Amino acid sequence: MRHFLTLFSHELRMLLIAPATYVASVLFLLLMGLIYLLVLNEAGAREGDLPPSVLFFQVFWIPVFFMVPLLTMRSIAEERRLGTLETLMTTPATALQIVLSKFLGAYVFYLLLWGLTICYPFIAALGLESTADTAVVLEPAPMLGGYLFVALSGALYIALGIFASSLTRSQLVAGMLCFSLLFIIIISGQLLLRLPIQDYTWMTWLESPLEYIRTFKHLEDFSRGVIDTRPFILYLSNAALLLGITTLVVESKA
Amino acid sequence: MEPEQPAIEVLDLTKRYGPRKAIDRISFEVAHGQVVGFLGPNGAGKSTTMRIICGIMPATSGIVRVCGLPVASQSGEVKKHIGYMPESNPLPEDMRVIEYLRYRARLKEIPARLIRDRVEEAMEVCELHRKPRRRLIGTLSKGFRQRVGIADAILAKPDVIVMDEPTIGLDPHQILSIRNLIDTLRGNMTVIISSHILPEIEICCDKVIIINQGRVVANGTSQSLREQFMPMTRYRVRTSLEPDGMGELLPTVSPELALESSSESGDICEYLMEAPSRLDLTESFIDALRARRARIHEVARLQPNLEDIFMSATKRSWDETLPTGKDDKAPEKTPAEASAQS
Repeated sequence: MRHFLTLFSHELRMLLIAPATYVASVLFLLLMGLIYLLVLNEAGAREGDLPPSVLFFQVFWIPVFFMVPLLTMRSIAEERRLGTLETLMTTPATALQIVLSKFLGAYVFYLLLWGLTICYPFIAALGLESTADTAVVLEPAPMLGGYLFVALSGALYIALGIFASSLTRSQLVAGMLCFSLLFIIIISGQLLLRLPIQDYTWMTWLESPLEYIRTFKHLEDFSRGVIDTRPFILYLSNAALLLGITTLVVESKA
Repeated sequence: MEPEQPAIEVLDLTKRYGPRKAIDRISFEVAHGQVVGFLGPNGAGKSTTMRIICGIMPATSGIVRVCGLPVASQSGEVKKHIGYMPESNPLPEDMRVIEYLRYRARLKEIPARLIRDRVEEAMEVCELHRKPRRRLIGTLSKGFRQRVGIADAILAKPDVIVMDEPTIGLDPHQILSIRNLIDTLRGNMTVIISSHILPEIEICCDKVIIINQGRVVANGTSQSLREQFMPMTRYRVRTSLEPDGMGELLPTVSPELALESSSESGDICEYLMEAPSRLDLTESFIDALRARRARIHEVARLQPNLEDIFMSATKRSWDETLPTGKDDKAPEKTPAEASAQS
């Protein structure tokens, strides 16, 4: 535990002093701001009663696809390339502590970035008092659900990124691997059901597992304010599994 | 820990990379407080052995005990007793020296109230306490980075310090100060150093282990290695004595002395002779020459240095392995390369 705290505070410190952190945050906030603006526009033009937060979280995958690989590809791959992983492994700190500190460091930063986007609805509500309906823009249920979903799914995505980073010593390979894996787990379930196949009968048994892992279904539930325990188990158990495998990889390949 | 227990005990250690054996049934012991030099040509398995001792790399078979603790089953405990400096001395670029050492001190379980003093002490020993203390590691020169690595290794005052080529890239001044540093550690800590600078090893190590092709080919003090690998010592004598006189003189000095060559330039003759290493004949030479009233320009006992021993020991092991080791004919890889592939 003591080592974990030392490693974790080291991770946070390195995040804080790295210029890349600030560049990444600015770019992320710019992009998200733009998306929010478009979403506001769309919500205003549409007759439907969807609050902008719901629409906003429907495109959560855009930042996930580029932020998660960028955030995590460095972590273990860089340490391995430089050889500092080796020096780390000669201290009494265990591989699990190292992996967990890497994971939590990236996760905290991920949450922080997403947390900052909470400003947008407030800016919209306060800045556009005359045009925007404050009650709709600031509707708490979809916002709470949306952020909860982002936090939950983020655990899995970051764990995936850390896992990809542990497999190689090249940041680029780690980033691409992470991107591909993210693509598979976010989009593939959705796409598989839409394949232009004539006869679906042979894959009907796939329907319920695919439904269970379908990310967008969880998102829908959460942003409607339905908080189900099944996605919690799905995301957290898989994140734990990936971190466990990462620990084994680090232990055996250090 | 009992004092008679060896600090490091390696028994039949083997490490395979696929079909190739990086090290092949190595066994040696290092007593507490000893400074040991680890020598071998590139790809001999030095780094692999060191990494296994430190518990970063699992061995294929064999036993390694550090301070009586088996590395394989209690690597966590063992790591508390070891300070390791890897070959390439990797350091984070964007930390300051003092920050890095404090961070390492916390990781090495130094009690919080001692961290400040220990870090200062280590920096002072490695002469990092003046200007470089607050510099970014990325901006330091090679020599200073090397010192940061050494400071890190001695930080926790471990029982065993393992340094893989610590003097690489250092200027003679710094090499001298590292030699002094190692001298101060002698007796308290066990130090294993690998190096290519053979005179360095000879000066500062109590014991030398030479490995080649993954096998220990020589193990002992440099004196005992000399006797083992260089049974003959050469003498060079420059004197005014003519070759005829010299031929008569030789048996009186020692019957085992054999003349190798002689040359004349002006009125000075130079003779090269060989005798068993256990004898020291310089004095008897001088006495014998004086008795014949010959002028003495030089009487030198040409001590075989570690370099000769190294060449002879590694050559001998090549000869031994060549006829039998068919699988050894593939081009050798250094352990670092091999581990990169695994």
